[in-house]
Amino acid sequence: MEDEDKYNVCTACSILCDDIEIETENNSITGVYTACRKGVSRIQTCNEPMPCTLDGKDTDVDTAISETANILKKSENPLIFGLGNSTEGAQKKAIELAKQLNANLDDTSSFCQGPVVEAILNGEINYTCTLDDVRNNADVIVYWGADPANSHPRHLSKYTYFPRGKYRQKGYDEDRTAIAIDVRESSTAEICGNNSYLIPPQKDEELIDALIDALSGKVPKVSFEMNKKRILELANILKKAKYGVIFAGLGLVYSLDNFEPIKRLMDKLNEVSNFYFNPMIGHYNMRGFNQNLFNETGYINRVKFKDSEVKHGYEYSVVELLKNKSVDSALIIGSDPMCSLPGSIARNLNKIPIITIDPCETLTSRKSRINIPSALSGVECGGSAIRMDGVRVNFEPMIETSKISDEEILRRVMEEL
Amino acid sequence: MANAMEIYQLLPKTNCKKCGKSTCMAFATALLSGELRLDDCPEILEDKYKQNYEKLSELVAPIENASETGMIIHEGKCTGCGNCVVACPVNVAEDPKGTGIGLAPKNDRVILKVVNGVVQKGNIHNCRRFGENKILCNACIETCPTKAIEFV
Repeated sequence: MEDEDKYNVCTACSILCDDIEIETENNSITGVYTACRKGVSRIQTCNEPMPCTLDGKDTDVDTAISETANILKKSENPLIFGLGNSTEGAQKKAIELAKQLNANLDDTSSFCQGPVVEAILNGEINYTCTLDDVRNNADVIVYWGADPANSHPRHLSKYTYFPRGKYRQKGYDEDRTAIAIDVRESSTAEICGNNSYLIPPQKDEELIDALIDALSGKVPKVSFEMNKKRILELANILKKAKYGVIFAGLGLVYSLDNFEPIKRLMDKLNEVSNFYFNPMIGHYNMRGFNQNLFNETGYINRVKFKDSEVKHGYEYSVVELLKNKSVDSALIIGSDPMCSLPGSIARNLNKIPIITIDPCETLTSRKSRINIPSALSGVECGGSAIRMDGVRVNFEPMIETSKISDEEILRRVMEEL
Repeated sequence: MANAMEIYQLLPKTNCKKCGKSTCMAFATALLSGELRLDDCPEILEDKYKQNYEKLSELVAPIENASETGMIIHEGKCTGCGNCVVACPVNVAEDPKGTGIGLAPKNDRVILKVVNGVVQKGNIHNCRRFGENKILCNACIETCPTKAIEFV
């Protein structure tokens, strides 16, 4: 890319758009070019920056950090949670800290795209490709249980359906087919037009089996109202694909008990045509956390460090730990579990001391004993992150700040310990 | 969005020709396409049509924000996804290594670009809907997931 220096990376979601231009005046951002609305709201920093507090009263960062170390030192079974919105440097530090503390470590992938990333990193699914490959080659793009028009606004325009690619020069209307399979008529489904397939909730596995039948030349059967011709039509498009990609959203992941049906479908698709599989990850560096923890322990999330041992299992997921009230303190980094977990489980956070490290005020930070404001990664501090397709992206800060990064905060907490 | 018939119903319907058009219906169409303004009708400015004038002013307010090609961007609906920017055939032709492949625009000849999270009109004279030999291209309308672009 010529003039590569003038471009910044947007860290609002895991597409990590690397073609963002900004205008600054007196170290504040006054204009953002090419980023979507979601990106602009992240780049223009928080509406409500988080103050540094201890027991609800303003304090300085040094006191907050030493008090954090005190709480963690006294704690017998601490929980470290979040890190989907942190740089890889901070994630590695958090893993070190968890080891030092014999802590539980989990992130949002525990109730998000964890199973898909796990299957990819374990090598259970070999059919993955990068978003650049999709742009250059893909002719059939399937969004299954995903609505990128709202969750990742530039997904279709930057990588999948609309751009011209090396081998897709004629434009979206001639060269590419976008398909949406969902339980509702989403904004993405509207773009897909006739290639949008509505199914009832929890019926994804049934449709997968029907598609496998159709791809094998059998008559597909489903228990819900969906014309056989429509399923055959869909199977036909998939069969004729020269380079197909399935983007799995949370809708698909949540409706399946295990990963077996997806594996079956991918194997069948690759028998008859050429298909790839990619997860639609939300937080900008959730995959980075999964990969870093995987490199360190062989697991992507839900771990408990015990001396030199690493335990892993459902019982170490943030949901189970809080449900069973087995943790006695929580260090939350760049996440808002009070908001994203069910009320009955999040309520248990109130009973233990919470330490929040975040640039912006969140529901969790309002209930925390200690709040340590950090620099907004990608805007106020640089680092690296792993894009949803596994590509590492490095980024520089856009503006200067007096706040310290979460990596530095964690380093100082470890020093105090 | 108002249509010509709705506008016509509120006009004086006298076909006085003072606006330069032969009928009030023709005036309504000209108003809708941005060729004439409401104040070009001398009769609607009279006191007896005051109520109708106010209603008409409300109806045509969005049209006044339209570009010369009749494009209106509803900023409140736009998510800045850039589908229209990348799908626009003129953008692709003028900027094949920028917007054509989904990246940021590399020159000012593009018609649409995303600024502060909302799509903005740029070099509108390049639009296929501009000028005498215009064609009714709808690439930016049909690719918009939120229906934020409209032509009058």
